[in-house]
Amino acid sequence: MSIVVDKWQEASLVSFSRGNSVQSTAVEIKDLTKAFGTNKVLRGIDLELHAGQVTALMGANGAGKSTLVKVLCGVHSANGGQIKMFGASYAPASPSAAIEAGVVTVHQSINDGVIPDLDVASNLMLDRLANGGGFFVNKRAIRVEARKLAALIGLEVDMRQMVSDLGLADRQLVAIARAMAHKPKLLILDEPTSSLSAKEAVRLFELLDRLRVQGVAILYISHRSSDIRRIADRIVAMRDGRISGVFEGVSLDYEGAVKAMLGHSMSEISLDIPMPGAPVLRLGDIALLPESEPFSLDLHDGEVVAITGLVGSGKSALAEVIFGLAKPAAGHMELRGAPYAPRHQAAAIAAGVFQAPKDRASNAVIQGFDITKNITLPFSKRHSKMGLLSRQSERTTAQRMVQELGIVCQHVTDDIGSLSGGNQQKTMVGRWMAEDANVLVLDEPFQGVDIKARRDIGAKIRATAKGRATVVMVAEMDEAVEIADRIIVMADHTIKGDHRNENIDLNMVLAQVAGSSETSGHINAG
Amino acid sequence: MQADTHKRAKPTPVELAIKFGFIALLIAMVLFFSAFAENFATPFSAVFIFQSVAITGILALGVTVTLVVDGFDLSIGSTATSALMLSSYVMVVWELNAFWAVLFCLIMGAAVGLVNGLLIVKMKVPDLLATLGMMFLLVGIQRIPTEGRSISTGMIMPDGRVTEGVFSPNFLYLGRNKFDFFIDNLIPVSVVVLLVIGFIVWAFMELTRHGRLMYAIGSNERAAELAGTNVNRYKVLAYMISGVLASVGGILLAARLGRGDIASGNNLLLDSVAAALIGFAVLGAAKPNAFGTIIGALFIGILLQGLTMMNAPYYTQDFVKGAVLVVALVFTFALSKRGGAH
Repeated sequence: MSIVVDKWQEASLVSFSRGNSVQSTAVEIKDLTKAFGTNKVLRGIDLELHAGQVTALMGANGAGKSTLVKVLCGVHSANGGQIKMFGASYAPASPSAAIEAGVVTVHQSINDGVIPDLDVASNLMLDRLANGGGFFVNKRAIRVEARKLAALIGLEVDMRQMVSDLGLADRQLVAIARAMAHKPKLLILDEPTSSLSAKEAVRLFELLDRLRVQGVAILYISHRSSDIRRIADRIVAMRDGRISGVFEGVSLDYEGAVKAMLGHSMSEISLDIPMPGAPVLRLGDIALLPESEPFSLDLHDGEVVAITGLVGSGKSALAEVIFGLAKPAAGHMELRGAPYAPRHQAAAIAAGVFQAPKDRASNAVIQGFDITKNITLPFSKRHSKMGLLSRQSERTTAQRMVQELGIVCQHVTDDIGSLSGGNQQKTMVGRWMAEDANVLVLDEPFQGVDIKARRDIGAKIRATAKGRATVVMVAEMDEAVEIADRIIVMADHTIKGDHRNENIDLNMVLAQVAGSSETSGHINAG
Repeated sequence: MQADTHKRAKPTPVELAIKFGFIALLIAMVLFFSAFAENFATPFSAVFIFQSVAITGILALGVTVTLVVDGFDLSIGSTATSALMLSSYVMVVWELNAFWAVLFCLIMGAAVGLVNGLLIVKMKVPDLLATLGMMFLLVGIQRIPTEGRSISTGMIMPDGRVTEGVFSPNFLYLGRNKFDFFIDNLIPVSVVVLLVIGFIVWAFMELTRHGRLMYAIGSNERAAELAGTNVNRYKVLAYMISGVLASVGGILLAARLGRGDIASGNNLLLDSVAAALIGFAVLGAAKPNAFGTIIGALFIGILLQGLTMMNAPYYTQDFVKGAVLVVALVFTFALSKRGGAH
């Protein structure tokens, strides 16, 4: 570890010493805005990226960081503002225009960057193959060129090997090496370590150190504190389409950046926290991963519990365990006193454990179905006799949910695609609120909805909480404070903190979100 | 959706064209052929159309069911010819009666569907490839027992035996009898079978929760799964329905021909797939549906009969079918894009 730190300091010293002579602003973004329809995703971004520096970009889901990246790499064009590259105006019309201008992006999913069924050399020279240069392929010439490129970044594999036979780290290096063929001025890496092992990540960092010395500006998107501490010269936090904090200096304030990205403006809503009832779902010594620390958790009748944590903190893994999509590595569950171990989601639903999944477009909405059919989907049995559906019974339920949740539509037979995002989300929440649950898990129920819909959904969740245990998974601290009786913080696939939502010490909560373990023992005791 | 468009706003001409365009085209075509093709508007020609539409339509209904779960069954044509050969074999070689012939065929169809379904959901073979493989397999297997020859009474088997069984009259009744409907001998049995199966498939898809869940799987498999639907079971069911319907088509074909003709049924696959896909465009459904499929089959049947009676050469038929299919597909998909835009 100490070696790594030394190296990091060395590298940053290099960059700072270079900085005195050549450090220049590589990219200058001024008042950049982007909206999709009425949804303003970027609300005026001002940001400078320096040559020979690694800038880490952090932001929760929906903060706008992927949109910012897509504007930079030419997928989207901005609505307003301007970008300058080394003083010259930069507005790429397409991804290939961006690459030509020296902005190269390595996407999160490695396989987007490589072609598995071609050999390494062809992958490295792919852009040249794709952009003309004769009809026949001169394999030897390509291998020679490719080898030069590989040497540049320390990629040591046989040029004739198939990319599909390489490990993830080597594939990633191939994608980056391919990017290097364009002599990038700005290199964007989107969660590059998410699929790498620790050892593989070290190799990536060594490469980034070299690139930094060569004067490349690097924009590094990640939430991992270990990554950021190791590689970043600067942290930029985004929130609600704006830059909410820039942190630099030798000792980077990672926790400050987390705070800036999650925000903690106190909400005006005052909650009336009821006394929790009897335990409904009890989790005993659950270990989500074989190596993660086991934890126990009781969810009570009438209680709304928010579980918060960054991407990769284990929130989703916990939701999957409760809903029967995955088995925990260890531990047991009890539902109203009886052992509970759902083998699949149908078993969970039969036991009254419901989950409204996150990302409604891919996990929930049935396009081509109307509101009614979307709402009654999981409980079609209840609306049918001998398999024959009763449209009347379905409509009664749908009308009730439309009314209770305030879904704005002309009729319950409106096609789901004709609704706004917020109303689609309400419909998806309504799907699971239409029947009585023992446990209701809502994974990111406020994703991509406006403040009004968020308040409506939140109020409805609280108003109906009696008789079940409710779990809401949220990344945004505001949302947790707004809705929950109790806030549970997860990091590293275990529970780091458990707070009653009253006079809550947000600094401590945010420290736990950032994964600091010093305080967690103390909190659990208290 | 359809019921409420009227309440909300007056449909634009484009919407009307999308919705009733194909039905209008069908009627226009009938009028055209009646006026210009001699003997088109006669009972004889109607019987012929019905008979050719029935088998295609039954197979197309099976394809429709697999399309609903976002699958595809390329093996229906060869399943039908396998049923044709199997029923002949059961009666002519084993000398069993019509009941056993039909039963064996239905079991064979269900088994083929089961294997298709398991290949797709358990072995994760892509649907087109799994059913393509099954198609080749069936084309081959149906030729092995007779060393590639057609089956008829009095033929010599590979082991030197001479076959003595005959097609039972009850079996032939399925293919040859015609019911009176205003005009004597107008409706063949196969058409009644088509209408009954068409109604059952329609009711199953539109009125039962199972059909609803199958449409949900076709639209968003992941979401259906997270709502507790047993996706794999429904997919296997879809292929089994398809297999059984294909074998019904094969039985009817055998009953019409009265012998195990190895070469018949070549066009079954393409015609029924075309019918199911044309069905997307009927009434602006933009999704696979039983009613549309039957209209699609009727459309193709009338078109071919009309062209034949106008003395268009047989080799132009495939070209015309292809053109109709492409137009129908443009209709459907250009439109559903418009639908998804708002």
